[in-house]
Amino acid sequence: MLSIKNLKAGIEDKEILKGFNLEVKAGEVHAIMGPNGSGKSTLASVLAGREDYAVTDGSVQFLKKDLLEMSPEDRAREGLFLAFQYPVEIPGVSNINFLKTALAEIRQYKGLPPMEAKDFLKRVKEKQALVELQVSLANRSVNEGFSGGEKKRNEIFQMAMLEPVLAILDETDSGLDIDALRIVANGVNKLRAPERAFIVITHYQRLLEYIVPDFVHVMYNGRIVKSGTKELALELEEKGYDWIKKELGETIEA
Amino acid sequence: MTNIAEKISPGDKLIAELELNQDSLTGSDVIRSTRRNALKSFSKQGLPARKSEEYKYSPVNRLFQKELSFVTASPVSDEKENSFALAGLDASVIRILNGVVHIPVSGFDSATCAAWSLKSLPKEELSFFENHFAHYALPDTDPFIALNTAAFQDVLIIKIADGAALAKPILIQNITDSTHASFTQPRIFIHVGKNASVEIIEQFASTKKEYATVCNAVSEIVVESGAKALFYKLQNDCAGLQLISTTQVYQHHDSHFDTHTVTFSGSWTRNNLNIVPDGEHCETHLNGLFILNEEQHTDNHTLVDHRKPNCESNQLYRGILKNKSTGVFNGKIYVRPDAQKTNAYQSSKNMLLSDDASMYTKPQLEIYADDVKCSHGSSTGQIDEEALFYLRARGISADSARILLMQAFAKDVVNTIRIEPLRKEIELLIEKRLAN
Ligand SMILES: Nc1ncnc2c1ncn2[C@@H]1O[C@H](COP(=O)(O)OP(=O)(O)OP(=O)(O)O)[C@@H](O)[C@H]1O
Ligand SMILES: [Mg+2]
Repeated sequence: MLSIKNLKAGIEDKEILKGFNLEVKAGEVHAIMGPNGSGKSTLASVLAGREDYAVTDGSVQFLKKDLLEMSPEDRAREGLFLAFQYPVEIPGVSNINFLKTALAEIRQYKGLPPMEAKDFLKRVKEKQALVELQVSLANRSVNEGFSGGEKKRNEIFQMAMLEPVLAILDETDSGLDIDALRIVANGVNKLRAPERAFIVITHYQRLLEYIVPDFVHVMYNGRIVKSGTKELALELEEKGYDWIKKELGETIEA
Repeated sequence: MTNIAEKISPGDKLIAELELNQDSLTGSDVIRSTRRNALKSFSKQGLPARKSEEYKYSPVNRLFQKELSFVTASPVSDEKENSFALAGLDASVIRILNGVVHIPVSGFDSATCAAWSLKSLPKEELSFFENHFAHYALPDTDPFIALNTAAFQDVLIIKIADGAALAKPILIQNITDSTHASFTQPRIFIHVGKNASVEIIEQFASTKKEYATVCNAVSEIVVESGAKALFYKLQNDCAGLQLISTTQVYQHHDSHFDTHTVTFSGSWTRNNLNIVPDGEHCETHLNGLFILNEEQHTDNHTLVDHRKPNCESNQLYRGILKNKSTGVFNGKIYVRPDAQKTNAYQSSKNMLLSDDASMYTKPQLEIYADDVKCSHGSSTGQIDEEALFYLRARGISADSARILLMQAFAKDVVNTIRIEPLRKEIELLIEKRLAN
């Protein structure tokens, strides 16, 4: 469903993604790990359509369409979802109004009739329970005054509400306590489906014990430098990234 | 071929016309003498010059480029009148047309509230009126107050009885309807009796946008001790209107004055809001919201003059500026030596949606007492790009996302509107204004 080929992107003169390749098929879960600053969030932003980054080369196909040609909202309407590493606070916009507007516009794009108010509220209640998000969504603004953990849960809650085809989770596990980690992972697992795929960006193997990935990739310096299965994550946890960098140095020298 | 008339300044022209008209204008002897003094005061001041500190960001010469003349009322068709209706608002309506007061027979409960035009003012109320009229809005303090006081044709006089609690809001529709370049001088006096409580909406509207009409409105409001007045100024349906609107408020001890100035239309608007809490334990709230488009110009000048101890004032202004519009916020707070334990706050935040829009903000705090809490904050920024992206990343179009963010920005002020149908109406108007 997602095919990224030789993607190069950066900001001003700085190239951050330096020929990134990835194939994701329906039903798969891909984990992307890698040292700080390797470009993981940049990849997520470029896929979601953040205009600060300029794509200089390569292509991205999503459901057989040219993703890079689409506006951020159309990407979301086509089924792409990004759980942000740092969700923003939006004072004055209520969570409920925000979700209602998002759902309505997505449905309109797909040619579906608006959702009945009572169905909408039922879905909110259901999904809120799924991620055990206990804040009052009607009275509070988007992420405003939410704790770090609540913000992350809110991302997963929104994902559950919007039921995307491809969800990219950018460090959704960081800042979560052990129980919250399990709850969030559980939320993701409930959404796993043959027609849906996930890209999970994380620094910790622990999350991958709950959300078991089909593939683990190591990103370094704007590229995937090593791919494997879930065992790779265990190896990284144990040995860190130095051995990969070393290996890489050797291959460059060779 | 020089025409002598061309050399006469617009201000002098107005003085000449007023001198001719003085005898034909209404009023008792006391009022006539007030008028004459006001004319003298205006002759001394003249129209604000370009270098005038008070009108620096809102030069008035453009208002007087066309030859203006003082007008008398001309009829407005019913259809036009109704188009200014506020949906769902059950209010007692009074209309001022080109400065002349039209009071409907019904709708007022004389036991709690009375409304008169100057001509219909009962004899027994005359001395009451004379004791207040032009005692608060002083001609010497501003040339437009002086002009209005010299040239008004009528006065809307509203008297709320002591202890009265009005069930319905009073809606004053201040309508300018002219077929030529005219200069109108609506005048209002409101007296809120002791421990009374009232909600008043002053709605400005104009019927024709093709004429360079100037409206110079002055309202004086006295809030007696223990009384509570909510006063909403709504400037919508004012396309083409050039408006100077002065509201002068005098608060007695333990009174509460809560006001909103909402400006959506009008090609050029200057709001002077001067409040004097002159007794202990007064509470004053000044809220403002403007959404400007095209080449609109809106200037909000506020003055809170704290003279007595233990009072609180709070100013909250929000502005959204599109295209080539210009906004001004000038907020003065005086805390006089006697006014210990004053709490005075001011916040002005503005959002510029175009590179061609501009906003001038000037807080002026003059504090002569030592045991006070005063603060002000102002900011002018753009739409939050991070928030915009977040909303779009959830499938919301860029346009709706912007509207959501601007509605959120205006919400601080909208949420303080206590009359529910008015708040709903303003929310709708905001949505409409933001969408185009
Ligand atoms: N908007 C930006 N302006 C300037 N530099 C940027 C910007 N965005 C990313 N970068 C730089 O690009 C590099 C990659 O950043 P990115 O946030 O994608 O890393 P990351 O892999 O997500 O790191 P982390 O694990 O710390 O979250 C970093 O060196 C970062 O400083
Ligand atoms: Mg990151």
